[in-house]
Amino acid sequence: MGAVLEIRDLTIALPRGADRGNAVTGVNLTVDRGEIVCLVGESGSGKSVIAHAVMGLSPKELRATGGEILLEGEDILKASPARLRELRCVRMSMIFQEPMTALNPVMRCDAQIEEVLAMHTSLNAEERRARVRRIIEEVHLPDPERMMASYPHQLSGGQRQRIMIAIALIMEPVLLIADEPTTALDVTTQAQILKLIRELQQKHGTGVLFITHDFGVVAEIADRVAVLRLGALVETKTKTELLARPEHAYTQMLIASVPSIKPRHRGSDAAAPIVLKTEALAKIYSSGGFLARKREVHAAVDVSFTLRRGQTLGIVGESGSGKSTVARCIARLIDPTSGSVKLGNDEIATMSAGALRPLRRRVQIVFQDPYRSLNPRRTVGEAIIEGPLNYGISRSDALERARKLMETVRLDPSALNRYPHQFSGGQRQRICIARALAMEPELLIADEAVSALDVSVQAQVLDLLDEIRDRMNLAMLFITHDLRVAAQVCDHVAVMSKGRVVEYGTAADVFGAPQHAYTQALFAAAPGRDYAFGS
Amino acid sequence: MFAFLVKRLAATVPVLLIVAVLVFLLLRLTPGDPAAIIAGDAASPENVAKIRENLGLSKPLIAQFGIWFGNVLAGDLGESYFFKVKVAELIMQRIEPTLALSICTIVIAVLVAVPLGVLAAWKQGGWLDRMLMGFSVMGFSIPVFVLAYILIWIVSLKLGWLPVQGYERIAGGFGPFIRHLILPSITLSVIYIALIARVTRASVQDVLSEDYIRTARAKGLPENRVLIAHALANAAVPIITVIGIGVALLIGGVVVTESVYGIPGLGRLTVDAVLARDFPTIQGVILFFSFVYVLINLLVDLSYLAFDPRIRY
Amino acid sequence: MSTPAASATLAASLSTEDANIVARASVWSKLARHWGVRIGGAAMLLLTLIALAAPLLGTVDPTLFDPGSRDLLPGAQGEITTLEGESIKHEFMMGSDSFGRDIYSRVIYGTRVSLIVGLACALVSVFLGVLAGLSAGYLRWLDMPLMRVMDGIMAIPGILIAIALVALWKASLLSVIVAIAIPEIPRVTRLVRSLVLSIREEPYVEAAVSLGTSTFKIMFGHILPNTAAPLIVQGTYICASAILTEAILSFLGVGLPTDFPTWGNIMAEGRVQFQQFPHNVFFPGIFLAVTVLAVNVLGDGLRDVLDPKMAKKV
Repeated sequence: MGAVLEIRDLTIALPRGADRGNAVTGVNLTVDRGEIVCLVGESGSGKSVIAHAVMGLSPKELRATGGEILLEGEDILKASPARLRELRCVRMSMIFQEPMTALNPVMRCDAQIEEVLAMHTSLNAEERRARVRRIIEEVHLPDPERMMASYPHQLSGGQRQRIMIAIALIMEPVLLIADEPTTALDVTTQAQILKLIRELQQKHGTGVLFITHDFGVVAEIADRVAVLRLGALVETKTKTELLARPEHAYTQMLIASVPSIKPRHRGSDAAAPIVLKTEALAKIYSSGGFLARKREVHAAVDVSFTLRRGQTLGIVGESGSGKSTVARCIARLIDPTSGSVKLGNDEIATMSAGALRPLRRRVQIVFQDPYRSLNPRRTVGEAIIEGPLNYGISRSDALERARKLMETVRLDPSALNRYPHQFSGGQRQRICIARALAMEPELLIADEAVSALDVSVQAQVLDLLDEIRDRMNLAMLFITHDLRVAAQVCDHVAVMSKGRVVEYGTAADVFGAPQHAYTQALFAAAPGRDYAFGS
Repeated sequence: MFAFLVKRLAATVPVLLIVAVLVFLLLRLTPGDPAAIIAGDAASPENVAKIRENLGLSKPLIAQFGIWFGNVLAGDLGESYFFKVKVAELIMQRIEPTLALSICTIVIAVLVAVPLGVLAAWKQGGWLDRMLMGFSVMGFSIPVFVLAYILIWIVSLKLGWLPVQGYERIAGGFGPFIRHLILPSITLSVIYIALIARVTRASVQDVLSEDYIRTARAKGLPENRVLIAHALANAAVPIITVIGIGVALLIGGVVVTESVYGIPGLGRLTVDAVLARDFPTIQGVILFFSFVYVLINLLVDLSYLAFDPRIRY
Repeated sequence: MSTPAASATLAASLSTEDANIVARASVWSKLARHWGVRIGGAAMLLLTLIALAAPLLGTVDPTLFDPGSRDLLPGAQGEITTLEGESIKHEFMMGSDSFGRDIYSRVIYGTRVSLIVGLACALVSVFLGVLAGLSAGYLRWLDMPLMRVMDGIMAIPGILIAIALVALWKASLLSVIVAIAIPEIPRVTRLVRSLVLSIREEPYVEAAVSLGTSTFKIMFGHILPNTAAPLIVQGTYICASAILTEAILSFLGVGLPTDFPTWGNIMAEGRVQFQQFPHNVFFPGIFLAVTVLAVNVLGDGLRDVLDPKMAKKV
């Protein structure tokens, strides 16, 4: 079995003014026929740059300055644009991270697949149609006729990714480059797509270069693994060897940062006072009405749970499960349609905005996107003292508190007069935590607060949240899609699906012996569950 | 689809109603006696009294609007005291040149601007892109009448290729008709080209950074197919929208262009009516232009259905 | 980890988590380095100086005329009668019109009118548009009716509103400014409203809500400052288009009174004899085109620097 892809000593320069000289430095990598090689790295490691360079799709600013990329012995870096077009989709194909945006929204799915055949084969219209139908069946899309006639927006994310795979594999290329193809998908869909890639790859003997940041996915799909750090390979090994015996310190750190899926047992006081209690909480969005058909979306229905001081309750669910809706109802960023939200002894679900304002101090929220959570025109200090000032604390006292909090979240207090853009994503998330803590809340809501962070940074922020909760004796509501993260921080877990809580219990019970079919499916789909990470 | 149509049509009604109210108020909120203003400067007292009665000026404002709006709905825009004919009739007499000029301008503008915009977006930062951006900012800046005089001076006076001004009806033969239309259309199309080219460039540029363009390239498609089938098809909605919105610019331009080239159309009528303080005509022309503008933008909205399958209300 | 929302470009994704603390160049130094801002700004500065120093630039009172100096060619020597009835020698650098007025003086003084009209229209329409837009974006009950009225105004081509209003009122500097500013208000309103609606969805605004910040403080402390950049850019474009519209009104004879030295008036007077004396149209035309061009170039530059997101759109 020969190599289908051989990358030799590849170096790609970054434009001047970037934070390092090269995007990629001296990378050597081979992908054999029928083999899946995972290229793993955190954001900024240059993994996508390599993928795009192989396809000849690099932007002008990212030129290869050295080395070669051999596809079945032919150097891609020296190929003319015309030759590259001949190779694409025929000898090498690529699928992308975002199935939602990777398909042309104004073109029917069958036309998008057929276009490839029209370009690269001399089949007539009828033969092309038959071939398209066959590949649609091969990627296991239900109801092929309807799928072919659909526009991308009519399909789910998983279905769109299947269409992308159909496009990529219809010419049976020898190399498939998969650039984070399941990152944007829910965990159950991810499992199906990974299975499909595995199946088709084995059937056709395709070599796969699989780009990912997720060691769970690596454990699931890789034959061999290459770890990339700041543009250079640190370690290349077979999967079993790498996961069992990582040699390089960076690899060890990465693997150690992956949270374990086994719940950590933490003692918590079952008799502590109740901070938050929701009963039959519901949020229904209705649209349409006049002339148009009236539509109701039940974003959250019949959500009831109790949260005591010093505890963390995790709400776990896939996208669209209603977990964020619940968080926003409790923070009263949106008004619940019905049900009760009791903060201590105060019913806040129906309270007027004016009456609520004095109570807002008690519930604080940290959002997912660290880049949009801070006003770009205000210094970090101003952001942190905004809340205390609203509650009548003097400016000097508030600033003193802000300095202390900066130390709490492990940032330099002298950085208070800097602007948000001068901080990294992880640092900004710490600032958001400090801003929330400045209010001395009883309840801290973390709405996917670590989802946008790299795994090593994520581990640090999780540790920080844990420490803060213990030190300040807060109640924490932790919203996440990530079972591993939930297992590490939660005392209790509520699993949500389609707006309802399908399972609610202690983390040990839910993770140990899931009862509901949906929870079981969720756990079964968790990538890399057979490997003991983070232990 | 049907619901979308009905909804969109229903949304047009209040806009037209508000336009009517605004045009009505235009005259009523002016200091002075509306009847005297409408009758014109040289009217006899009896005439003014008669008009006052017709307008129902002794009644409350809302009733006055009712009377006026009822007449408008019945197609009666009042009578021009200056031209001594019904305003509706006047508009119909003057519509042909304006229509010819507008259509000619839109055709030139779209044919020139869209390909230029696409090419500029494709070679972003290239010489064509820079030239187009330079041209477009100049197009926005040069006043229509200055451009008109420059063109007349060079093409008609110095080179003698085309008539200086005037208009020939299409019934009088296509040759003279088109010869009289070329210069005004070019004059008028410059700002329109600037606008459409700029928006085409920007929206195609936007689309070119989309993931599905990368997909199209990853399929091995040639650039012309990527540009037309994938990029332009997705950029169509903003381009068509700006063509619709640009009609407001076009109407403004028509008023000036017809005046410079001596074309007896609606734009010229507007200026003549204003100079003669012929208010029924002013009201009528404004109503008519606004109605056309709203109608065109309604058609533009409906055309989205053909260009973007995601739009289904 | 990457989120569905963050589909950054390849080059952008290369910044590493903890190493991208790159000091961003200040807005002022970026502005100072942008060629459009430099050229447009310098031209505007020059035009402002010309407007301010008009009496010192070898001009005479722009309303003075002399029947003996009619229809002179550029550079001709002639005489002109002052208000005191005294006849003085004068060089007609740009010739004279059919009343014997000095075109050069009228063009130079015309700069004043154009700049005042442009600036005033921009200020008036941005101010009123911000008020209306903030109200529509934050007071939900007002949104519907207010925006319908704005739709109505937008449905009438702006120049027709301006023409009709000036025709109805007595033409004065104030009425011309108001008439040109009114049709611009809906566009500003729409811009502000859409900015408000999108900014209030930003997590940092939601965070302010949960910090107990009042609606009023959120509106003026968080939202308004973030609308400043697009508004400055929009204001520049309104200034350019107002200068053009004023010239059109004058040119059509429905603007400021004809003895008023505006570029449009000079051209309106010159168009009658355009075939013999084209310079009567071209001199003010060049000033007009250059001024509007300068404002537009400045606007494009400001947009590139202050509002790169919008720069990508149009």
